[in-house]
Amino acid sequence: MPAPIRLRELIRTIRTARTQAEEREMIQKECAAIRSSFREEDNTYRCRNVAKLLYMHMLGYPAHFGQLECLKLIASQKFTDKRIGYLGAMLLLDERQDVHLLMTNCIKNDLNHSTQYVQGLALCTLGCMGSSEMCRDLAGEVEKLLKTSNSYLRKKAALCAVHVIRKVPELMEMFLPATKNLLNEKNHGVLHTSVVLLTEMCERSPDMLAHFRKVRQLSSSQLVPQLVRILKNLIMSGYSPEHDVSGISDPFLQVRILRLLRILGRNDDDSSEAMNDILAQVATNTETSKNVGNAILYETVLTIMDIKSESGLRVLAINILGRFLLNNDKNIRYVALTSLLKTVQTDHNAVQRHRSTIVDCLKDLDVSIKRRAMELSFALVNGNNVRGMMKELLYFLDSCEPEFKADCASGIFLAAEKYAPSKRWHIDTIMRVLTTAGSYVRDDAVPNLIQLITNSVEMHAYTVQRLYKAILGDYSQQPLVQVASWCIGEYGDLLVSGQCEEEEPIQVTEDEVLDILESVLISNMSASVTRGYALTAIMKLSTRFTCTVNRIKKVVSIYGSSIDVELQQRAVEYNALFKKYDHMRPALLERMPVMEKVTTNGPTEIVQTNGETEPAVLETKPPPSGLQPARQANDLLDLLGESDITPVIPTAPTNKPASAGGELLDLLGDLNLTGSPVSAPAPQIAQPPFLLDGLTSQPLFNDIAAGIPSITAYNKNGLKIDFTFERSNTNPSVTVITIQASNSTELDMTDFVFQAAVPKTFQLQLLSPSSSVIPAFNSGTITQVIKVLNPQKQQLRMRIKLTYNHKGSAMQDLAEVNNFPPQSWQ
Amino acid sequence: MIKFFLMVNKQGQTRLSRYYEHVEINKRTILEAEVIKNCLSRSKDQCSFIEYKDFKLVYRQYAALFVVVGIDQTENEMAVYELIHNFVEVLDKYFSRVSELDVSFSVSEICL
Repeated sequence: MPAPIRLRELIRTIRTARTQAEEREMIQKECAAIRSSFREEDNTYRCRNVAKLLYMHMLGYPAHFGQLECLKLIASQKFTDKRIGYLGAMLLLDERQDVHLLMTNCIKNDLNHSTQYVQGLALCTLGCMGSSEMCRDLAGEVEKLLKTSNSYLRKKAALCAVHVIRKVPELMEMFLPATKNLLNEKNHGVLHTSVVLLTEMCERSPDMLAHFRKVRQLSSSQLVPQLVRILKNLIMSGYSPEHDVSGISDPFLQVRILRLLRILGRNDDDSSEAMNDILAQVATNTETSKNVGNAILYETVLTIMDIKSESGLRVLAINILGRFLLNNDKNIRYVALTSLLKTVQTDHNAVQRHRSTIVDCLKDLDVSIKRRAMELSFALVNGNNVRGMMKELLYFLDSCEPEFKADCASGIFLAAEKYAPSKRWHIDTIMRVLTTAGSYVRDDAVPNLIQLITNSVEMHAYTVQRLYKAILGDYSQQPLVQVASWCIGEYGDLLVSGQCEEEEPIQVTEDEVLDILESVLISNMSASVTRGYALTAIMKLSTRFTCTVNRIKKVVSIYGSSIDVELQQRAVEYNALFKKYDHMRPALLERMPVMEKVTTNGPTEIVQTNGETEPAVLETKPPPSGLQPARQANDLLDLLGESDITPVIPTAPTNKPASAGGELLDLLGDLNLTGSPVSAPAPQIAQPPFLLDGLTSQPLFNDIAAGIPSITAYNKNGLKIDFTFERSNTNPSVTVITIQASNSTELDMTDFVFQAAVPKTFQLQLLSPSSSVIPAFNSGTITQVIKVLNPQKQQLRMRIKLTYNHKGSAMQDLAEVNNFPPQSWQ
Repeated sequence: MIKFFLMVNKQGQTRLSRYYEHVEINKRTILEAEVIKNCLSRSKDQCSFIEYKDFKLVYRQYAALFVVVGIDQTENEMAVYELIHNFVEVLDKYFSRVSELDVSFSVSEICL
């Protein structure tokens, strides 16, 4: 067999390959040659073959058949063989292969070899890929080598020890005594690696950290002063050619020492104090003209920020960062922005000083810098600078890359919500975001936005006008169109009537409004959700607009046969609304109430995206504690126990999200009247799946009323109302009352509304009734659930008020219910 | 922690690769290709630090060769940047005026 070619020749031949296929062919040929050579057990050329194999491995071709060969090479006596063998082991083998254990004995022998280079090789390999078993076996040898006087070996042994510690943390104590003398070395290599070893030990084990920190008897063996001394020498010493990098003496060692100081000083006052001087010295003396100096300064700043340094030092650090920001070099600016981001939480004011520079960085061309600057800007926004910052951020949003837009938009929304100086400004900002980056806005922004708009009552006209103008031009951005169609649906009458104080009112006719909504419906660009919004908006306008009701009817009936199931369902139901339940239409589609303010981070969301007037809605999770119930000004039935009662019907239903977890809302401790809303959800409106379907009272508690008798609360004129009770397992002060209303007369009772009031110490929550019509002859009932919170366990009393239509006339009655069984409230 | 050390030329051919964490061999080529793509698309006056997946790349261009080092969050980026330069200077001394060819031919020596 001819001698296998040398590595260089192989490389040369591969380089001549023009295409990937040619290269692959050559490599495969060579692989075959190598394989046959291995089989022949040829000692002389094995080294060459393995070298070639390693090269091919680097190019990305499989080379696992060479693993055993590496082992054979390691076992040989020739240095060149060993060298390639160990290299191969490092590159090809790792813990996953079982073969590596065979190496253990070889390494052990080599660790005790006479030649330091062989020992070094063995240490390297062990440090590179030693598995935990190998490490356990050989740790003793490594430790021995750590104590030799040969600095070449010591440095390698230290690195190997780092690896051993990483793999087998329990062995850390073994290396502890050896570390005592490590820092006394002159050789920078050893110093460097020992600092790494110490760093690793401190990071891994808090005990070690405590050990190294504490004051020991001999002052010379304290770690922090030792490090400080070394660092000082490095800075103060003159030019030393072997350690110099662009004028600074061994910057790598300096950086490592600074990092170790950081770990030692974290949360520890004594150590931090010892370091203060040297840190100040490093910070002021280091030359900043070259990258090297800046690297050291960066590490210094990080250290100062992390330890418990005095305030003067911190100010110094932030000033350094500020100087970095002004530097022309991109790398430095990037690094400065990153560290400022870390410190902005703690030293907010100091960072604010550099705000203008940071904002300038937004305009930089570099993507990494822009991202950092954007994050930092969001962190810096506060009540004072919000207007200016927002302007810059909006401008940034216009011009930035698409991958940033979503983040930027969400950030702007958050900041605007927290710091908006006025509602109008807030709405303007949101409009601006929607129009510029409309398609990148996150989906959850739409409901938040809608809620915000309903909350700012006085701005409705202005808002709807602006939104209308926005989508007139372009209705491709889905979130914008969704919000706009919702608003037009709600406030279309304001739009048409042309009253707007804030801006020039525009003249819009009802037909034009319907035109735009219809085009949204028809357009191919609209997503299915958007179309749903538009259809509902059109429907709502049927009550707000006067002359175009027929047109609306037509549109709605067309979509009764749409392919999209969601649209079809809505259209069919709206049609039904027109035909059979026309009397309910105005009530059903009336203006939405002001929504409860839900914190933006809350996982809950109320349904309103549908645009339906929903009565009390059951959420899937309990609402966060920051709720402010929105109340209309008038409206609550007066308290029991006071002399006069003023029965008042609430004009707009208050939305009370209930929780399915069995906890009642912690409302402001007063009486709550939750009037069941005037409109009953009789037609099943299409609801997103997370709403309760079927708003009949659900048993929310697992335990059935263990024998609490039910009572008849009211029985007059053919109307009978029964109460059944349940107590909750989870919350003993909650009672759930289910009322059943039945009608024994020969005519139906329609528009039935049940209201209740309880004394001050109780809290009441009325859920939505199953319907508002009680059919005659007891053929059906209305059920409704009431939850009563009775923390003081007082006797339950209730005053109820009933209104309904019967035999063509409106009836109304008040009654008191006193016959609650004791088990229901004790 | 340094995750890997690569020297790749502009055509995407890897001249030197050293991984300090286990990466599957087929993933390595993909990784190298993506990394070089990221670096090539940067202009001269852009920052040398790129955020890639969950670690950072520090790269430095020397003629037609890119030296790329992958680091994680605990490393000082600028120190690594200096390290790259130091490494290149060492190679320069060793080969007396190193060039890409030297690197490609002496892979095993450089690795060690």
